[in-house]
This record gives sequence, structure tokens and C-alpha cells, in this order.
Amino acid sequence: MSSTFDTIANIIAETCDIPRDSITPESHAINDLGIDSLDFLDIAFAIDKAFGIKLPLEQWTQEVNDGKATTDQYFVLKNLAARIDELVAAKGA
Amino acid sequence: MRLEYFQLIDRVTDLNLSDRTIRTENTVPSASTVFEGHFPGYPLMPGVLLVETMAQTSGWLVVALNKFGRMPFLAAVKDAKFRTFVVPGMVLAVEARLEHDGSGYAITNAKITSAGKPICDATITLRVMPFPNDEIRQHMRDQAVRLGVPSVEPAHG
Repeated sequence: MSSTFDTIANIIAETCDIPRDSITPESHAINDLGIDSLDFLDIAFAIDKAFGIKLPLEQWTQEVNDGKATTDQYFVLKNLAARIDELVAAKGA
Repeated sequence: MRLEYFQLIDRVTDLNLSDRTIRTENTVPSASTVFEGHFPGYPLMPGVLLVETMAQTSGWLVVALNKFGRMPFLAAVKDAKFRTFVVPGMVLAVEARLEHDGSGYAITNAKITSAGKPICDATITLRVMPFPNDEIRQHMRDQAVRLGVPSVEPAHG
């Protein structure tokens, strides 16, 4: 069974045509991989389907805009993977 | 269908919020300035307007599912296929089904048929945002009445 990071890295590679080996847990989806908000909708859709969750993109965006969070917390891939694991755990609780 | 005004839906014939589906029926006008250029002597409904018709049908579904609390905007169109020419006077039956209700976006599968014959289909992505202002929200409510969108209780007053 692949890790959460592997799953989202594969999704990003396929969705955005980015070489898989250039995607690391430290990669920032926006700043390092150049993924824009529209492409991220495709990624979110694939993640939602793969994990059976609903990424709270609007809440995250609001928190960043309000200065309550940084984009690193949600868009560095190891952090994104951790957020997804939390959402999956919450769903099963 | 008022092509020049991008008002492409004539009426909503079915809306099923539990199944997350909608149907609209729309008649291509017999005359329009659009047909004067597309094409002289051979009028065809432009494919982009067929996409817009599927997007607007999808949009009304999303508006209704959000109880007029949010507004959809076209963000992406995928796998659009145009299978048959559409000419003035044709009646277009449009169906859309919500494929995914995401956070701030929605994805639908939509298709158009005419007399049971497939016309076109596509997967539509809509951004779903708060109404930019009360004027647009009221405009959408007025349009909903015109189109026969079944009554939906508003989310906010």
C-alpha cells in the first residue's frame, strides 16, 4: 500500500504533467511545482476521490488570507499528506 | 435561447436535488445575428454556445443545491465532444449530473440531445463562490422564476 505522499505525488505528476521524480515531500505545490489554483482543483478532485474526503480548500485559503496560516502548512506536500491523513482519520472516527 | 445575451436556457424541466440532476429544454432560435456570421448561408449553432448551454444548465443545478447561497462560475471544460451539427429551430434537451461537490468547486457531467439523438457532452468544472453582490443574487432569483426553477428556500433570508 502506497503512502499518502506517494498517492498525491502520483496524482500531481499525472494531473499536471510534472516528472514524478521531481516531486518530493519538501516540494511546495505552488512555489516549487508551479501549480496554479485552477490546476489545484483537478488535484483536489483526484485527492477527494482517492481518499473519500473533501479537502477544505476554502477554509485553508481563508486562513492564509487572514494571516492565520501559511501556505507551507497546506501546500508543502508532506504537510498536505499530514492534513489528508487527519481528514481520513476524522472521517473514520 | 437568447444567443446574443448568453441567456441559453429556456426552461428547467426537472430538478432532482437528491439525485443531484437537472434537465433543461431550449429551442435554438430560427434567426440570430450569430448565424449571419456562423455561417452565411449555412447557419450552425457554435460549439462554444453548446458548451455554455451545458455550463448554464450545470450552474442552475449548483445554484439550487446551494439554495441560492452561492454562485457558480465556469472554470474548466473537459472532454467536450460535438457529435452532430445544431441548426436553427432545433430543440435541445440538456441534462447535467453533479459528479463531485468540492470545497469551492463543483464538477458535473453534462450532455445535450435532440429528439433522442446525442449532440454533445462534456465534463464541466465550476468555481462556487459567494455572490459578488446582492444585485446579481436578485438577478439569479428573477431568472430562476423565469426559467421555472422549482422553489428552493434561500440559505440567507
